[in-house]
Amino acid sequence: MLSLFDLLLSYFVFIIEGLPIALSLTAYGLSVGFLIGLPLAILRVYGGRGWRLFVSAYERVMRSVPPLVLIFLFYFGIPATMLEIPGFLAVMLALGLCSSGYQSQIFRGALESIGSGQMDAARSLGMSKLQAIRLIVAPQALRFALPSWANELATMIKDTSLAFVVGVAELMRRADYVRAATFDPVLPFLVVAAIYFVVVFPITRIAGTWGQEKKRLVTGI
Amino acid sequence: MTKVVSVRDVWKHYGKIKVVRGVSFDVDEGTTTVIFGPSGAGKSTLLRCINMLHPPDRGTVFLRDIDLMKTGSKMNYYRSKFGMVFQHFNLFSHMTVLDNVMIGPRVVKKISRDQAKAIALEAIEKVRMKDWCSHYPSQLSGGQKQRVGIARALAMDPEVILLDEPTSALDPELIGEVLQTMLDLAKEKKTMICVTHEMGFAKAVASEMIFMDEGAVVETGSSEHFFTNPVNERTKRFLSRLTELYGRHETRNDIVADKK
Repeated sequence: MLSLFDLLLSYFVFIIEGLPIALSLTAYGLSVGFLIGLPLAILRVYGGRGWRLFVSAYERVMRSVPPLVLIFLFYFGIPATMLEIPGFLAVMLALGLCSSGYQSQIFRGALESIGSGQMDAARSLGMSKLQAIRLIVAPQALRFALPSWANELATMIKDTSLAFVVGVAELMRRADYVRAATFDPVLPFLVVAAIYFVVVFPITRIAGTWGQEKKRLVTGI
Repeated sequence: MTKVVSVRDVWKHYGKIKVVRGVSFDVDEGTTTVIFGPSGAGKSTLLRCINMLHPPDRGTVFLRDIDLMKTGSKMNYYRSKFGMVFQHFNLFSHMTVLDNVMIGPRVVKKISRDQAKAIALEAIEKVRMKDWCSHYPSQLSGGQKQRVGIARALAMDPEVILLDEPTSALDPELIGEVLQTMLDLAKEKKTMICVTHEMGFAKAVASEMIFMDEGAVVETGSSEHFFTNPVNERTKRFLSRLTELYGRHETRNDIVADKK
């Protein structure tokens, strides 16, 4: 008879194998969100009225649609019309798009908090608008955005559990395999909850305090 | 004397509000022009029109014989011929003092790192901030920040320096060190256009003073003219208000008195 500890350990060993997949989904999803969100934020702040309306509409849509709906759209919807895309890719794109809405908001807030004086000073040295954004405003805004961005990272890690529904063998899927094989409806999920906690908690914690410090440095005019 | 800047019938409005209404004046090389007037008079906006930071809606500005409104894609280049010093310093807070002063020559003039550093150090020395090169703006006092702001403008070797209320955000005891730096520049015959209410400074160095109200020039003249017999009622009232608030201009700044 296995002791409770051995049982938990065996669950853990099986489930943890899904961690690399969960983490790479996080990394890719976050990158997609960053690569779309940051330019959108810049366009929203500096691009004039047309871009401002477009980006705020985009943000609204992306933040209102549940990620699961997007996952299904990509996984079931796109293959029906064109190529079949694997579950991993569908989830990565869906979470990335959702995140782009949030990240665009985060960076917009950060860019706006930098204040027009920095832009004025850069432009009056003779820099172009693009140079001023790249060298002066964006570096400060990114630091300013760190705390909120860390929250987005934590949300993204947790949201990768949605990949479960399209058969990606990440943490949640593997926990459910254990449930199915052992008919144990509690312990596998407690194990997976603990894993998420151990991964997410330090991130929010460290990035949070670190971000607050940076924020203080930047706002010290 | 050669004219460096000619402002010609400059108008600027934001939405329906006309902030600058048909301002014209000339600035001779090596002189200091002081612009003053109540808040909301359009002084800061006018400065931003002069260096095309916010190009005017009507009228134009000449830098020597170049019509800045017709410079098109080279407008950024010509803007770098104006140094600008801001009321709230606007130092780049993620950069050290040295980098703040270096970045203009580096990025805009595309000067090599070593050369840009030499230029920056010279400018920093001129404002007596040499020992603070590796500090960040948040570690400096207001007066120090403003001196770095002046060094940043100087490093670009501008034809004209525009100063937008450079001492208005400073504690009284820090104003002196910044005024001293500005007096040094005036002594070196740098061309300056300065928005300020430091009448002591104006009296000491201004060759031309311009009183603005509600977006337009009310009265111009030498500093003697303004301090002895201003003509316009509005000007008289404003000057006496300044005296009420700050005391007599002669006693205002010890350092200015020293210079005289």
